[in-house]
Amino acid sequence: MSPRARTLADLAVVLALAAYAIPFFWQLLTSFKPEAELLRVPPLLPSRLTLSHYTAVITQSVMPQALVNSLGIATLTTLVSLLAGVPAAYAVARLPLPGKRFLLLAIVASTAFPQIATVSPLYLMMRTLELRDTWTGLVLVHASFALPLTIWLLAGFVREIPIEAEEAASVDGAGPVAMFRWVIVPLLAPGLASTALLTFLFSWNEFLFAYTFTVSEASRTIPVALALFPGVFEVPWGDIAAASMLASLPPVVIVIALQRFLVRGLVAGAVKE
Amino acid sequence: MTGRERADRRRALVYIAPTVLALGVLTVYPGIWVLWLSLQRRIPIFEVSRFAGFENYAFLAVDARFWSAGKTTAVFTLGSVALEIALGVAVALAINTQRRGRRLALSLLLLAWAMPAVVAAKLFEWLYHPSAGLVNVLLGWPINWLGDPAVALPAVIFADVWRTMPFVAVLCYARLLSIPADVYEAAQVDGAGRFATLTRITLPLLGRILLLAILFRSLDALRAFDIMFVLTGGGPAGTTETLTVYAYRALFQTLQLGFGSAVSVVVFVLVMTVAWAYLRLLRAGAVTA
Repeated sequence: MSPRARTLADLAVVLALAAYAIPFFWQLLTSFKPEAELLRVPPLLPSRLTLSHYTAVITQSVMPQALVNSLGIATLTTLVSLLAGVPAAYAVARLPLPGKRFLLLAIVASTAFPQIATVSPLYLMMRTLELRDTWTGLVLVHASFALPLTIWLLAGFVREIPIEAEEAASVDGAGPVAMFRWVIVPLLAPGLASTALLTFLFSWNEFLFAYTFTVSEASRTIPVALALFPGVFEVPWGDIAAASMLASLPPVVIVIALQRFLVRGLVAGAVKE
Repeated sequence: MTGRERADRRRALVYIAPTVLALGVLTVYPGIWVLWLSLQRRIPIFEVSRFAGFENYAFLAVDARFWSAGKTTAVFTLGSVALEIALGVAVALAINTQRRGRRLALSLLLLAWAMPAVVAAKLFEWLYHPSAGLVNVLLGWPINWLGDPAVALPAVIFADVWRTMPFVAVLCYARLLSIPADVYEAAQVDGAGRFATLTRITLPLLGRILLLAILFRSLDALRAFDIMFVLTGGGPAGTTETLTVYAYRALFQTLQLGFGSAVSVVVFVLVMTVAWAYLRLLRAGAVTA
């Protein structure tokens, strides 16, 4: 193929995928369209752009609080599942663990676990423990749900660490804590980043548990707030579009800026066995 | 056993303890509890709470709504997974031909995958708007996508495919990257044309990763909830109500804790059976491949 044909072919792929992303771009455009022009299409393009939907969403809806809740819950979920997951993954990958085969099977099986199966008992549990409508409740549920995949991914990444690095540190008299602090965690950093991104996205996007266990703005996450977005007489399409853009902000940043880690995590989850 | 080994075993148990505790309390225990709940008749608002044995399951056997939800789940799963696989492979092959612009291509692709399903549902609710939606404006034909029982399920499937196909495409793309160039050079030397290279070399090499992609996607599709719950709420006339949506509504909208739990147990068993069947298939494939 000639260089020019080559460039055109490359461009065609990019354009086709840009077309694939039209649902997103259309919503982005809608979020800047004046109210009066929303239901008057064609023309497809607005006569001017406005920030009024964003102003409305930020000053008059529960979205800002939902953003804070989602950021807090997703960050804490990530931290908790890494704190529990790193040692567990290390034990699975490197230490003689009694019943390891059974444990691995249980981990694989629980990644297939449907949330609907445990939502009713968890609801009763949350009610009894008074954890409904709290960050703590959701973080615990999200972290335990994300844990199997976290361990699965991290165990794969731990296996990639050269065992010589650990042996050398061990000879130098490093205890378990120093070993994690100075050898394992630094060498695991890219894998940790991939795993953390996937856990964060899971918690940010999760709907079923968040919808069931939250009652008020105190803990409603962004997907829940978006699903319940109020309309008085008619559906506020422009405001919903603006709220959707806020809800997809972290995912968009991750896809664009941290793509390498994301793809690595996605692929590792499928290919490692 | 040496002292070192014993110490390592103890360390392993300490490291795994938080995980075992968390999964025990928040996954295994509720998993057993739900079985117990499914054997009860519990409707808190009427203060009904008694042991019912297999009554709930016996009712499911003759419940037309349950069978309709089962059929919807099957159609949704088969339809969305088949489309995702076909489209995902095509996209992976296309990106793999690129000399430049792969990063941008992947960004555009992954945009759909990374956002919450609720956002995807809102995007498509607006795209499917009967008079002002982009789909109808481009078609020039006012179809009530989400209100017409004949087209609502395909419309929901399409929205789901849009959001989840990138996952399949990325997996396939990663596999394509790992095929060594000399495989293709050898094929060229042997005079294999483009089509022969695709069908004899590339697609067979994708086989295993495709099986895995089908497994992951089927499990997700079988338990799908967000997209139809937000987009159609299971309507119109129940045509997009999957088993998970039915279970959820029984549990939290009509507040039948026992009956709803029975439906969730069915979803649970269904998902686990499919997972088990696939894993057997994969293992059998691994021996021959």
